[in-house]
Amino acid sequence: MSGLTKKIIAIAGASAFVSSAAIAADLTIVSWGGAYTKSQVEAYHKPWMAKTGKSIVSEDYGGGIAEIKAQVESGNVTWDLVDVELSDAIRACDEGLLEPIDHSILTPAPDGTPAVEDFLPGTLFDCAVANIVWSSVYVYDTTKVRNWNAPTKMSDFFDTAAYPGKRGMRKSPKVTMEFALIADGVPVSEVYNVLGTEEGVARAFAKLDTIKDDVVWWEAGAQPPQLLADGEVIFTTAWNGRIFAAVASEEQSFEMVWDGQVYDLDLWVMPKGSKNKEAALDFLVFASATEQLAAQASYIPYGPARASSVAKIGTYFENDKIKMASHMPTAAGNFKNALQNDFEFWADNADQLNERFNAWLAK
Amino acid sequence: MVDSQTELSGAITAADGTPLKKKLAQALFRSRVRAVSLVVPLFAFVLISFVIPILVLMWQGVYNDRFSKYTPNLTEKLHVWDGFSEPGEALYSALVADLKVAKKERTIGRIATRVNQEFPGTRSLFTSTARKAKKLKAPFKESVLKINKKWANIEVWRAMKLTSQDVTPAFYAAALDGRYTVDKGFVRQNENRQIYVTLFWRTVMISVSVMGLCLLLGYPVAYLLATLPLRSSNLLMIMVLLPFWTSLLVRTTAWIAILQSQGVINDLLVLVGVTTDDARFSLIYNMTGTIIAMTHILLPFMILPLYSVMKTIPPSYMRAARSLGATPTMAFLKIYMPQTIPGVGAGGLLVFILAIGYYITPALVGGQDGSLISNMIAYHMQKSLNWSLAAALGGILLAGVLLLYWAYDRVIGIDNMKLG
Repeated sequence: MSGLTKKIIAIAGASAFVSSAAIAADLTIVSWGGAYTKSQVEAYHKPWMAKTGKSIVSEDYGGGIAEIKAQVESGNVTWDLVDVELSDAIRACDEGLLEPIDHSILTPAPDGTPAVEDFLPGTLFDCAVANIVWSSVYVYDTTKVRNWNAPTKMSDFFDTAAYPGKRGMRKSPKVTMEFALIADGVPVSEVYNVLGTEEGVARAFAKLDTIKDDVVWWEAGAQPPQLLADGEVIFTTAWNGRIFAAVASEEQSFEMVWDGQVYDLDLWVMPKGSKNKEAALDFLVFASATEQLAAQASYIPYGPARASSVAKIGTYFENDKIKMASHMPTAAGNFKNALQNDFEFWADNADQLNERFNAWLAK
Repeated sequence: MVDSQTELSGAITAADGTPLKKKLAQALFRSRVRAVSLVVPLFAFVLISFVIPILVLMWQGVYNDRFSKYTPNLTEKLHVWDGFSEPGEALYSALVADLKVAKKERTIGRIATRVNQEFPGTRSLFTSTARKAKKLKAPFKESVLKINKKWANIEVWRAMKLTSQDVTPAFYAAALDGRYTVDKGFVRQNENRQIYVTLFWRTVMISVSVMGLCLLLGYPVAYLLATLPLRSSNLLMIMVLLPFWTSLLVRTTAWIAILQSQGVINDLLVLVGVTTDDARFSLIYNMTGTIIAMTHILLPFMILPLYSVMKTIPPSYMRAARSLGATPTMAFLKIYMPQTIPGVGAGGLLVFILAIGYYITPALVGGQDGSLISNMIAYHMQKSLNWSLAAALGGILLAGVLLLYWAYDRVIGIDNMKLG
């Protein structure tokens, strides 16, 4: 047998093993991969498996509800729980792709406060239970920007005179348009009212025009820390967890600017027709309890969705010196000028703004 | 004469008494069945996993019943409505009846999303009205307008009338930067939303450039491969194939490391003094980067067909041309090159068709002006879930490729193509 044939058989064997493992598991839980999935495996999956003796297969996906839709509509649902963004949770629920979740089954806080009161306002939905608050911010490299000149405001991101150089931004109108308006002086409470008008959209594009030639557009969440580390850009917008991971584990000298942050939720949803509904609900109740949410925060700085978890946040799992609480988007010092992503606005306008955004890019 | 022959052959019988002609036909039929049964699994596989999905998806480009399926009452009334007169109580009461059911069955999102595709900004109008639909009382026109006066806008009703038609040209119109409307037929999309035609055009231009560059770079390499002694050509072949076997993502990322402004090439150029530190070249995150990375990735698809054709050209032809007095250039142009045309055609077509649907590389290195129509199709498949628009965009792309194939067949002839 040639070496190549052996290799092919080995690979085929391995993949057969993987797929049979997926069938044998009691639960299939789907999330975003990387440091985020790791935090969930450590804080939720492992303790739950130890407690119940059941097994979990963790799968990665890239967001969106295309796969859930395909599974539900074809009647072959293999995902039991999925971690999704808020706008996707609402949309999938409206389209009847998700199982409704009864909030009364959720674990109360240790002091007896019912879950519906313990969860932060606007984090429980008909078909979804939030687990974390994450945020889009912008970042700079402290070795490249002098101390006295450190940026502090969203408008600094757009100030090419004071901070010459390239900037990284996500190639999507979502959050990018909000940042532009905040930088242009729109108060965070007014952003979506302004963006809802034709003049507001024009105003956001006009602001983006001022830096258009200096922008490097990124699409994958792993790109911005890399762009910044390579010195390709002096500033970049990014998801706060990714930047923290680069700072804490790779000792990069990145600093986040929290002013004008746009935060969003990640939630658990259950695709309609899940074959392991009971186990999935049991896991959901377990994973959304106060201790588990607080434990997750030791692995990644995403804010827990329960008030009672906040007090229990500890230190980074690799380094006791890093107190996680101060790195959360919801920490008092960071949360001063924050905007919550408006799912309804984006559900209404995502398609047309995406076309306009791409047309603007191509101009 | 004919009769006598039939009589004659009819007379010959096999050992069991059946006419020989019939026996032969039976034997032939059996062997044909055997041959066909060998092909059946492949045929079924291709049909189920390739032809049917493509046809189903193409069908979605002109057929979308998301609105009519969940609003039976309203659809019926909308078909009768002329699209110009003020919507009356009959339409409003049908609306409320359907919204009530849609809220209960959790299908309101599907209705709202479909109308929102035709008239952006109306999704929340549907979902919020549906939430309150249970409490609405007759007369419905009045009570619906009291909840949200946006319902008075006749454009909302026109959008609904449009979406209530299952078979619609609206998606193909949208894919060509147009709009199909009830009152005016086909109109141009607002200028600030026109994007698809630009992207189609850019996709074709980039694909042609990549094909040209691949030919320019691949032809000499293939020639070397075909003419060098076996030892050195084997080594060269490995150098061509090694990147071919490496993951696409790895190669794309390698180009980022090489081409970025703090990358290898720019560092070298600064070191040599071609440019200064603050005037580094932008070689990536733009069209230049897309073309460079795609050319590298698609180069083997040009080299391999060229090589297989060149390998079959006997060197004696060139020698004969030279001995008959042709200059080296003349001999190459008149004798060698025409014989490589099948390889050029095959490689060119292969590279062009692969390039036209390219997706990952432009997404990673395309930046502002390097994304292609395939990135838009992916957006509508995965993010906006507007599969009908994605199908229309894909249908136009497919039609373009088929047209090209037809033109190729007319000009060069598909029989001449040699893939290896």
